[in-house]
Amino acid sequence: MQKILVGIKRVIDYNVRVRVKPDGSGVVTDGVKMSINPFDEIALEEALRIKERGEASEVVVASIGVSATQQQLRTALAMGADRAILVKEEDAVSPLTAAHVFLKLIEKEKADLVILGKQAIDDDNNQTGQMLAALWARPQATFASNVALADGKATVTREVDGGLEVIEVDLPAVITTDLRLNEPRYVKLPDIMKAKRKPLEETSTEELGVARTGGVEAIKYEPPEARSRGVMVEDVDGLVQALKDRGLF
Amino acid sequence: MSKILVIAEHDSKTLNASTAKCVSCAGTFSGLEIDVAVFSTNGESLCTEAAKLQGIRKVLRVDAPVNGDPLAAVLAPQVAELAGEYTHVLGPSTTFGKDLMPRVAALLGVNQVSDIMEVLGNHEFRRPIYAGNAVLTVKADDNRKLVATVRTASYKACDTTGEASTESVSPQCEIPTHTRYVELKAQASDRPDLQTASRVVSGGRALGSAESFELIYDFADSIGAGVGASRAAVDAGYVPNDMQVGQTGKIIAPDIYFAFGISGAIQHLTGIKDAGTIVAVNKDAEAPIFEVADIGIVGDLFEVIPALKAKLAT
Ligand SMILES: Cc1cc2nc3c(=O)[nH]c(=O)nc-3n(C[C@H](O)[C@H](O)[C@H](O)COP(=O)(O)OP(=O)(O)OC[C@H]3O[C@@H](n4cnc5c(N)ncnc54)[C@H](O)[C@@H]3O)c2cc1C
Repeated sequence: MQKILVGIKRVIDYNVRVRVKPDGSGVVTDGVKMSINPFDEIALEEALRIKERGEASEVVVASIGVSATQQQLRTALAMGADRAILVKEEDAVSPLTAAHVFLKLIEKEKADLVILGKQAIDDDNNQTGQMLAALWARPQATFASNVALADGKATVTREVDGGLEVIEVDLPAVITTDLRLNEPRYVKLPDIMKAKRKPLEETSTEELGVARTGGVEAIKYEPPEARSRGVMVEDVDGLVQALKDRGLF
Repeated sequence: MSKILVIAEHDSKTLNASTAKCVSCAGTFSGLEIDVAVFSTNGESLCTEAAKLQGIRKVLRVDAPVNGDPLAAVLAPQVAELAGEYTHVLGPSTTFGKDLMPRVAALLGVNQVSDIMEVLGNHEFRRPIYAGNAVLTVKADDNRKLVATVRTASYKACDTTGEASTESVSPQCEIPTHTRYVELKAQASDRPDLQTASRVVSGGRALGSAESFELIYDFADSIGAGVGASRAAVDAGYVPNDMQVGQTGKIIAPDIYFAFGISGAIQHLTGIKDAGTIVAVNKDAEAPIFEVADIGIVGDLFEVIPALKAKLAT
């Protein structure tokens, strides 16, 4: 296999307690730490391991986002990606638009395998990989917890509600990652220096000739209905009493 | 005329409870007819079961040799073909629906609304984002087909006293052969299903080992509960992946939820915010789980569980 394409999304770091803006127009992002979507880090790690096993020759990372997304792409390069592509966009794009952008990148790069995160922890949509596979008319292996490549096929173990499902897909294909696929490596300082010299190319949806697909518009952001703090009991007797008082036992 | 198609989920033997929850959600749209599609190799008994879902007009029986396994690549073109007549196509936000529905949406050239928690209008919905840290209202274009998944924990199953008719259909479309089902590795269990159990007992990293987790199973069995876990407990290998509760695991809504040795990370809490009563047992009085617990006790789970089990048994 020649090339693996990996999607990288810039999101609010998972450790940040996300707050809704008082006017309901979005969530607070000023001064908030931004990171690579955790599932995308896992996607990149998997691609790097495939390459290190000699089963692929190049790992290309791509992101759709604002200029500052360069930071996340530099981190990806420091982790070991060979090249990065930033599709510059000031506004968030829909999952279907993102899938169309990736389809264009696949054609341009002649990718044999695409690995994306199963969801981005901002919109929690869980759509882009499946949509890309549909547009590409290729297999999808979503929520992967194990990937084995051989003879132009991938055998993928998927985390499903009923347990672990195994499917076999012909390559090229789209794989989306679940949490237990691997543990991403830490970036080392010398790699950060080296990453500065790796190529990071910029383009745009217009340049790629992708028309945007909307159709689902964000109207209003609200904080969730909060659960209130309940009672603290002193001991197991108190706990049993509280359960009985509520008619639960 | 507006019409909703609900895609049934099943294991070839019985319908998954998510189907009746999707029908409930579909019932909160206004002035729409609801049909349910059952894809399988021989859907006779599944369709009989589906026909009882209250409020539906008819069941579409889609029998085909290729429909034996829940493969999105195989089902999506058939769903897209059937969707022609419908204004809305709904599936559950289970791993089955999450895998399938976006593929359908892309084939139909539309974006998808994921995880509907409330229907405000036939094209306006509320859905959780940022691991449940925010709720977003979205408006979908009413000139396009709507493809969506339903956050099943937000809905109760519909009644099963209906008597809809069943119609056999065979969508004409090309079915890809590039994706093959190998197997499902499931751990057989007599315990109530985590996603539908009215009582759930969960354990976290604090359990420390698979052996210690027996304490959780044992207590759960004594009160007839399903068993869940935090990501940390799954990652550490104490329990299998299908027990993970949270943003990226199962979203559940039991009447009572016991969290033993779980700190209460936001990614875990989003999976239990619809629980009736949350009971938290944690050594650390500052653990965030206590901010949402209805009943909390600061203590060592290894002491609390045996005592609680004994007292509830009497
Ligand atoms: C992208 C992403 C997705 C995630 N998705 C999920 C998800 O779906 N579900 C999920 O659960 N997590 C998820 N997480 C992980 C989450 O952030 C937490 O790391 C995880 O929930 C912690 O699990 P825990 O509470 O068991 O462990 P810890 O946070 O380590 O908590 C253990 C708790 O046990 C208590 N304790 C220790 N010993 C005892 C004792 N003897 N008796 C009583 N209490 C004791 C401690 O005080 C502590 O509060 C996700 C994280 C990321 C980044």
